[in-house]
Amino acid sequence: MLDLLKTPVLALQDFCVLCGRALRNIVRRPHYFDDIFLQMDIIGFGSLPIVILTGFFSGAVIGLQMTRALQTYGATGQIGPIVAVTLVRELGPVLSSLLIAGRNASGMASEIGSMKVTEQIDAMRALGTDPIQKLITPRVIATTVTLPMLTIIADFVGLVGGFIVAYYLLNLTAGQYWTPAYQILEWNDIAQGLLKPFVFALVISLVGCFYGIRTTGGTQGVGRATTQAVVVASVWIFILNLFITRIFVNV
Amino acid sequence: MAERASESVLRFEQVTVCFPDVVALKDVSFSVPAGETRIVFGAAGSGKSVMVKTALGLVKPESGHVFLFQQDITGLSEQELFPTRAKIGVLFQEGGLFDSLTIQENVEYPLLNQIKAAAAHERNGNLETRVREALRFVELEHTLEKFPSELSGGMRRRVGIARAMVTDPPLMLYDSPSAGLDPITANTIMALAVKARDTRNTTSVIVTHRYQDGHLMANFRYNPESGALEPARRGSGIHERTVFMVFGEGSLVFEGTQEELEASTDAYVSKFKGIKELR
Ligand SMILES: Nc1ncnc2c1ncn2[C@@H]1O[C@H](COP(=O)(O)OP(=O)(O)OP(=O)(O)O)[C@@H](O)[C@H]1O
Ligand SMILES: [Mg+2]
Repeated sequence: MLDLLKTPVLALQDFCVLCGRALRNIVRRPHYFDDIFLQMDIIGFGSLPIVILTGFFSGAVIGLQMTRALQTYGATGQIGPIVAVTLVRELGPVLSSLLIAGRNASGMASEIGSMKVTEQIDAMRALGTDPIQKLITPRVIATTVTLPMLTIIADFVGLVGGFIVAYYLLNLTAGQYWTPAYQILEWNDIAQGLLKPFVFALVISLVGCFYGIRTTGGTQGVGRATTQAVVVASVWIFILNLFITRIFVNV
Repeated sequence: MAERASESVLRFEQVTVCFPDVVALKDVSFSVPAGETRIVFGAAGSGKSVMVKTALGLVKPESGHVFLFQQDITGLSEQELFPTRAKIGVLFQEGGLFDSLTIQENVEYPLLNQIKAAAAHERNGNLETRVREALRFVELEHTLEKFPSELSGGMRRRVGIARAMVTDPPLMLYDSPSAGLDPITANTIMALAVKARDTRNTTSVIVTHRYQDGHLMANFRYNPESGALEPARRGSGIHERTVFMVFGEGSLVFEGTQEELEASTDAYVSKFKGIKELR
């Protein structure tokens, strides 16, 4: 029984050590700005098309689904606020984070994992570079900066998707859709809508890098690390989402 | 000077290294004095690569001490290790070239890192000269702009040697430099190790599976005039300064000269003495 627990506890301990070192390095020299910007480009700009697509279609689909419920009360005018609240509080952050987890946690795990199995990480250490500083910290910084931005874009595009449904199917005017949608949003919504992607970004980047840097067992190991990174990051996103929501929703 | 020459460059003192499921090194002790060449034999999985990584402080021993240039590195942090590691050139078994960088950037990397550490007292022009010089040493000057993936395995190995040697380190560690290569390329690479030893006076530790690599190191010297290898004269000291070690399942089972290795009657150790004349 104790032996069964030993592996996950040790892994958790390693993970905490890695988090500590990665985060501490943010304020330490040397800073690898080139790597930070390169990662921002890969994670932020590279994910833009898929985030926009997903955001747009989720917004439109919420609009469509809600139409039926709202029609029974004759309250189709409420479509804007409903889309806005669901997107900003939940779907925007969670969907973008899951996308980035699928796209970039896997990328980080496989890239760092291949470097590990081809001894590039050892070479880096032997040549006087701290791999955490050079590889992990830039990815953490880049993800935490870009994911909230991507979420904002996803939220906005989703609202546009909802608007298109409202405009063409429910014959609402732009004012009828956008004004209440804008008015319903409170600081509370915005705060959790931005806190979530920030926290999820830390999870995605740290989990992705953690599985990458722990890779053992050749190319097969890289595949395993990649899968695990995506699964673990996604599960943690769902779990933490519940806790963060609980903080903001007073029952 | 004679006294200095016998100072140990690398010393293991009862080093034991454990991984979750295996003991990779068991109570290993040896000492490599300056100017000596160590040939390390051993079956696959006997702990040779782990020994190299432990020597660099990349792997931390469970117990025992590792001394580099007379400094105990066992308790040092990663940051504290960097200045010592800068004095060691290493060729990893898997190469360890950075695939995202060109050959030039790869070879430049250790130099740049050292310059950063020494607060930029070297000029940039100098940098390229040194990179070119290192690549010329391994006869790959024309690959400057290429990426590692565009080179053959043997060429990558040579770039690895260039990168390890570009900073002129007093200690070189080669992990299986000739493994998986055709005999011609393997000999070219071993000739580079001889050349590095004889022109730069480096202390070398060479992990290998091939007996003829050890034989080459122990009996040949680099002739700077002809640029080729030639049998070393008796009394040149090369033969005496080449020591063989054999690892078996994590333990150091043999340490001695070529004659002692050949005279060994141990069944496992005897497996590593091969045909001398194969060149
Ligand atoms: N990072 C690691 N994690 C766990 N076990 C390891 C690790 N590195 C090496 N080992 C184990 O340590 C033992 C020695 O491995 P090592 O790589 O030193 O062998 P080797 O002598 O270099 O073999 P080869 O000749 O095949 O290169 C092996 O049993 C290996 O499985
Ligand atoms: Mg090995």
